[in-house]
Amino acid sequence: MSEHFDILVVGAGPAGIAAAVSAAAAGKRVGLADDNPAPGGQIWRSGTFQPAAARRWLARLNAAPLVRLQGWRIFDSPQRGTLRAERNSDCRDLCYEQLILATGARERFLPFPGWTLPNVMGAGGLDAMVRGGLPIAGKRVVVAGTGPLLLAVAAHLARRGAKVVAVCEQAPLRRIVPLTAALLGEPAKLLQGIAYGVAARGARFFTGCWPIAVNGREKLESVTLQRNRKHWDVGCDYLACGFHLVPNLELPALLGCRIENGFVVADDLQRTSVADVFCAGEPTGIGGVELALLEGQVAGLAAAGRTAEAEKLARRRKRQGFVHALRTASVLDPQLGKLASDTTIVCRCEDVPFAALREHANWRDAKLHTRCGMGPCQGRICGTAAEFLFGWSAASVQSSIRPPVFPALVSSLGASAKETCQSDGLPSAGASTGSQKEIL
Amino acid sequence: MPDPVRSLALRVNGVPLTVAPGTTVAAAIMMAGAPARRSVSGEPRGPLCGMGICFECRATVDGTPHQRSCQILCAEGMDVRTS
Repeated sequence: MSEHFDILVVGAGPAGIAAAVSAAAAGKRVGLADDNPAPGGQIWRSGTFQPAAARRWLARLNAAPLVRLQGWRIFDSPQRGTLRAERNSDCRDLCYEQLILATGARERFLPFPGWTLPNVMGAGGLDAMVRGGLPIAGKRVVVAGTGPLLLAVAAHLARRGAKVVAVCEQAPLRRIVPLTAALLGEPAKLLQGIAYGVAARGARFFTGCWPIAVNGREKLESVTLQRNRKHWDVGCDYLACGFHLVPNLELPALLGCRIENGFVVADDLQRTSVADVFCAGEPTGIGGVELALLEGQVAGLAAAGRTAEAEKLARRRKRQGFVHALRTASVLDPQLGKLASDTTIVCRCEDVPFAALREHANWRDAKLHTRCGMGPCQGRICGTAAEFLFGWSAASVQSSIRPPVFPALVSSLGASAKETCQSDGLPSAGASTGSQKEIL
Repeated sequence: MPDPVRSLALRVNGVPLTVAPGTTVAAAIMMAGAPARRSVSGEPRGPLCGMGICFECRATVDGTPHQRSCQILCAEGMDVRTS
């Protein structure tokens, strides 16, 4: 089955919502595809607390005349102008004249002994789980890693009744507070207030501090923290640990968009190096909510042919001095690359330990010899870690991407070219029966 | 007696569990106290990223294996199995 759009937007976070709403307001037939259960992306994930900007944009989205494709995961581009998507055992071709990629970012994870135990999660990861109904009241949480998310997550979890026992940031706090404000689109003063609020609830802040081991048998029981040369154990129920953000580049890379220094290259109107493909938000540079909203609007207007309006907004962006300030902000301490022991798992999908990887010269070699990065996450977790641990630039996505960019059903992979956009035909027997076998 | 509007009944590994609407299957699995899966070498694993990237939370949902449970909302009568 196929659907046709003037403009297809991928990703329903702030950038994607802004792009889709702007393009729909310009009278185009717009589709908005997103693989989460609800729109908002990771930063505006539903839950108790939503900032005003989120409520405003989600209301605009609900009022906009566009086709919402919620829960659809894009895994291939069988031909120019077509993306192939899957939901449960359904498969559809989404056809477009113009495409706007707003695929967002994910957390960077780094391996250390015990990091694979249950209840060790990303900072945003635990926050997402709590917004998804995980009870946190009364639970002891250590928040660790680096980047603007830590403080925001600690504040949110504390507000939900968690006992945040420690927040460990590897960088100095004075650098993190303004960045947190930029990422969340909230005034720095407010964030400072939140920081003190978390502290007032009993959390201790440590800078230059990180976890060096997680202890426990079937799940996390305590975490060993290190600051300067001191080590100490902290008992806790959850460790929320992430090392800033990395953009989701798989789809831009699959489509051939030029990527430089780890980000999609986009011009003032958010056009990528590929004709009719735009990119907005974090994949073009980690810049936070306000910048993502602006880039999304520029992309939506430009894709809809409202060039003058798009240029006007793009000029406003320059005037306001928006920059991808977070790009270089969280430089990881080199010591973080030395936490894994020989037996520490680096590739969680295939259980490949650090020692097995260390002897290889590059990512490709490591993949072929150890199956590292060849499990269902396709290197999204271990590839990012390997880039930092071993300096393997080839672990970056653009050199190794190929379809499907997410594991897909055999029936979806077998969807024949006949049912793509030109023929607009009925789904094949394979697609309609939906084999349950998944390629892993 | 749970409020039928404000709670959903499902089973995780056969054990009944009641959750609020909007709860993800991954959260339900954690509430049930089960690891989401065993790794290829038998280690217990739970959700890591919470956003459909890491595949650590995959479970069998209503008979369909390898579902990323953090991306699926609980539904009345759902049958969830972890390996």
